[in-house]
Amino acid sequence: MMTRLTVAERQSAMFISGLVAVAGFAMAVAGHGDPMGAHGWITLLFAATLFFLAGEALYHDEPTEDRSAEYYDDPTKAGILISLAWAVIGMGMGVWVAAQLAWPDLRFDAAWSSFGRLRPVHTSGVIFGFGGNALIATSFHVMQRTSRARLAGHVSPWFVLLGFNLFCIIAASGYLMGVTQSKEYAEPEWYADLWLVVVWVVYFVLYVRTLARRNEPHIYVANWYYMAFILVVAILHIVNNLAVPASFGAAKSYSAFAGVQDAMTQWWYGHNAVAFFLTAGFLGMLYYYLPKRAERPIYSYRLSILSFWGIVFFYIWAGSHHLHYTALPQWAQTLGMTFSVMLLVPSWASAGNALMTLNGAWDKVRTDATLRFMMMAAVFYGLSTFEGSFMAVRAVNSLSHYTDWTVGHVHAGAMGWVALITFGSIYTVVPLLWRRETMYSWKLVEWHFWLALAGTVIYIFAMWNSGITQGLMWRTYTESGTLAYSFLETMLAMYPYYVARVIGGSLFLVGAILAAFNVVMTIRNVGYRAPQIDYPTASEAGEPAIPAAE
Amino acid sequence: MFRKLLKPFARFFEMHARTHYRAERHSFALAAGIILAASVGGFIEIAPLFTIDETVEAAPDMRLYTPLEQAGRDIYIREGCYACHSQMIRALQDEVDRYGPYSLAVESQYDHPMLWGSKRTGPDLARVGEKYSDDWQMRHLVDPRALVPGSVMPQYAFLLDAELETASLPDRLAALRAVGVPYDDAQIVNAAIDARGQTLPDTDWAEGVAERYGEETNIRHFDGRPGELTEMDALVAYLQILGGLTDLPAEMQAARGD
Repeated sequence: MMTRLTVAERQSAMFISGLVAVAGFAMAVAGHGDPMGAHGWITLLFAATLFFLAGEALYHDEPTEDRSAEYYDDPTKAGILISLAWAVIGMGMGVWVAAQLAWPDLRFDAAWSSFGRLRPVHTSGVIFGFGGNALIATSFHVMQRTSRARLAGHVSPWFVLLGFNLFCIIAASGYLMGVTQSKEYAEPEWYADLWLVVVWVVYFVLYVRTLARRNEPHIYVANWYYMAFILVVAILHIVNNLAVPASFGAAKSYSAFAGVQDAMTQWWYGHNAVAFFLTAGFLGMLYYYLPKRAERPIYSYRLSILSFWGIVFFYIWAGSHHLHYTALPQWAQTLGMTFSVMLLVPSWASAGNALMTLNGAWDKVRTDATLRFMMMAAVFYGLSTFEGSFMAVRAVNSLSHYTDWTVGHVHAGAMGWVALITFGSIYTVVPLLWRRETMYSWKLVEWHFWLALAGTVIYIFAMWNSGITQGLMWRTYTESGTLAYSFLETMLAMYPYYVARVIGGSLFLVGAILAAFNVVMTIRNVGYRAPQIDYPTASEAGEPAIPAAE
Repeated sequence: MFRKLLKPFARFFEMHARTHYRAERHSFALAAGIILAASVGGFIEIAPLFTIDETVEAAPDMRLYTPLEQAGRDIYIREGCYACHSQMIRALQDEVDRYGPYSLAVESQYDHPMLWGSKRTGPDLARVGEKYSDDWQMRHLVDPRALVPGSVMPQYAFLLDAELETASLPDRLAALRAVGVPYDDAQIVNAAIDARGQTLPDTDWAEGVAERYGEETNIRHFDGRPGELTEMDALVAYLQILGGLTDLPAEMQAARGD
């Protein structure tokens, strides 16, 4: 891949990775004896590897072909593969921690392997590792096609992708060492947060510069969503992670906010990580790959506008529904509840728009598991947004909060919506990227679909049962007016559901492993096929064709 | 039917769609629109929490975490205890009956960050302080299932063997002061000594702790092993102060007859 860069680009890659390596060494020295030191060595190793990779290719021949005549897909290819690797790691961790809740001795007594330390490895692994890499990779693919222009730069896409993965590695390894800010989905410590800001700024600049090159006057809906994802995640990340480190030689820092203000800031962040990371970005995927695969235009342009601005404006208010009946002032709780309910309108507008797009293509949904992945994702998107609005109502929340119902809801969204749309997009894009005739095995795609669907449904039902059961047991009184169940009794009642959850999660994990295998085999074993039109052009004649259903 | 319902708004939609059609050609207009639309809600919900005085109650008796308790809190965070234990009793009858008076904002006034939590795989811990003995807490952390058969909590026996790192405590208290916790200079300078002193009753060091943090400070061998200062000492000291920083919730809710 290095030979596709010019010598000057190889030099700047060496310069940047050299700089990061030096920073890593400085961290290792300053943080000696602290987990931060270990992170310094990891950074050094990561950057030094890239430095030598670029250096080794430094004197190879320059690329001779006209690079502007085609799209730049190398970073997308790498991103898809990395994303699949994280999927297996993150979901594997999920199955392990789920099993620990059923059989606590599966922890094997090491300090690093407790539920508390592994849980964020699971959440960050799937959200940032699997989801984040898929978003970055597909955004590079989509923005080039919808702009009919090549990426603006050759080093910066790699910087974004690999820099983001350095962040993920530091995050995951940190949790195992006990490095965490405790803020859910914002656990990494201050130096990782600062690094992510740098990566994110480069990402935004790259995105805008590529849009500026576009041969298409209009910016397509998918790009609005990717842009909202990049911009708002930046705002959320910076505000929620404001903190003062105890020293510059140690990982520990203290949040700038305390108590009730911190709770509001955290859930403003936490819920909008759902909104702008797990929804907006993936809607960008949906708006490109679903119509492409179905070979149908998006049903309604106006619904797209309505749902986009509705989501951007309403979602931000919704975070305080995580804090019903707490010490947060009532007015803030009520605002959160109100906007959460209103949010149903743009959410269903999006889901409906996606499903209506399939009108005239439902026969393909039956025969093409890839398209079915995306259809089912839209269905789960509709279901989980309805469930979310419902759970945000104060009376419902009094029962559901603190129970597994919330966990089930998150997984309806994460497995049913985020993962399914991602797998559907991956199956669509892999043959295109690698110029292959088709996926290696359509049967495996079919198997993956049913495993994923069965896993998700088992998982959700298990959590509905455990959450509602436990919520009701907590509030059950005896006739004499005392609480009927001790906490322990309510917890022991969870055992069968926790076992069911392990089964559901395992099915889903097996599906992800099949996907990774299928993608690798496609790259290695399937014959070459050039797409009809897949290069930057000012002509509106046509866009890349997508191989028909297998 | 849908069309009929929306008919009165047709002109508005028409205009809106046309405006949008023009605006979406400009990436910076789009970016500015996104930032603007996404900023309103957060600003309206968060900013007033800093300016409206009633948001946080006044509790004159509110005390600060001692260095040992703060070190314990840092261990609580390090081990991810918040993933399974909340520290926020909601204003619901069954929660008050189960855990005690509902939590007030002032109780986490100095908690950077707050640990209200989002999931109760285990029970709420907002008022667990002094509910069990130090010995029970220590033995429960070493082997939860020995005391509570059926518990799924991980074992934390290694805390007993881990010597507590105290050298960084002055820095940590200073950082907390920088974000708004009113530690004074003496508390910061003596943080490392005070951490040890809190586990050495009837010594000069212990007197220093009582002097700087109040006579009501718990000064005990938290892990049952005098002489050694372990991470277990710190975590148990932290657990034993939960809910004990101020008497205001009990007073307020007794007065109201809750």
